[in-house]
Amino acid sequence: MPWELQNDRPIYLQLMEQIRQDIVSGKYEPGKKLPSVRELALDAAVNPNTMQKALSELERSGLVYSQRTSGRYITEDETMLNQLKHELAVTHIRQFFGKMKQLGFEHEEILSLIQELAKEEP
Amino acid sequence: MNPILECRGLTKRYSRTSAANALDHLNLTLERGQIVGLLGPNGSGKTTLIKLINDLLVPTSGTVLIDGKQPGVETKRCISYLPERNCLNPSMRVKDMVSYYGDFYDNFNRQRAGQMLDDLQIDEHSRLKTLSKGTTEKVQLILVMSRDADLYVLDEPIGGVDPAARDYILQTILTNYNENATILLSTHLIQDIENILDRVLFMRTGRLVLNSSVDEIRMEKKKSVDMMFREVFKC
Repeated sequence: MPWELQNDRPIYLQLMEQIRQDIVSGKYEPGKKLPSVRELALDAAVNPNTMQKALSELERSGLVYSQRTSGRYITEDETMLNQLKHELAVTHIRQFFGKMKQLGFEHEEILSLIQELAKEEP
Repeated sequence: MNPILECRGLTKRYSRTSAANALDHLNLTLERGQIVGLLGPNGSGKTTLIKLINDLLVPTSGTVLIDGKQPGVETKRCISYLPERNCLNPSMRVKDMVSYYGDFYDNFNRQRAGQMLDDLQIDEHSRLKTLSKGTTEKVQLILVMSRDADLYVLDEPIGGVDPAARDYILQTILTNYNENATILLSTHLIQDIENILDRVLFMRTGRLVLNSSVDEIRMEKKKSVDMMFREVFKC
């Protein structure tokens, strides 16, 4: 199944986001090897050069590192992984707040609504 | 190393009485290892350019070089070309066509062809004239993609096939293409192929009006190539 990609933003940025997401969600575990560029490109149905660029950028940020001949691995740096998780959470919440404001909700209302619904969640 | 394709002042006028050049002083250099989309409205010169690359037309003026060489026998060895129309003998069987290509091109990989025919459930024993238009197109594309070429020139490769087969074909292009090969493909189905392209070329009335990477377009214009095309060529 090709990855879901939006039309209005560079593809490599979206690939980076997807891989970050997959690292945080545990699909790719810390210290484990990432699939090859070609495999990932086929999986996402994108150009291998674009996937290469996304991985190089992730490497630059330190989230993945390459072992000279054997491929790319996920970092084992707990602090970095926790920070990434936090960043992703903040992004989601900001988006959520933005949408709620469009619907005309104030901060207080949003918070009480969340608490109400949190009780119903199992 | 020479660029895989280089056009300098490339011009084609079909007849002295025609109003305009089909291709008008085109300058273009393509490096190895990219997938390039050749896009433009009908009659913008895409197929003319492709035919010039494949030695099916002679330029009115200017030059086209493939790996530094003039189009001819040597360049046909390193280019794998998918014409816009059916070029297969309708009375031959699929398997005979595969052997024919195998005899003709020393870089043809029979095993790969067999695998792709299997994947698309095409019976090797059928005669080409008994196949539907879409299936014939698939066979033709399989033959073209089974060669280990330096330059693949695909004129409308996915026009007539159903969406599921289209996905398979794009997958096939991605799997088979090696890092040093370049694929030049013309199409109107931009949305379907946008994600596999490195670069797009927009043509209008025989000229190149844009030569840019897909992510550059998205970064600068905040638009997909498809949206950009609709805007640039709005009727």
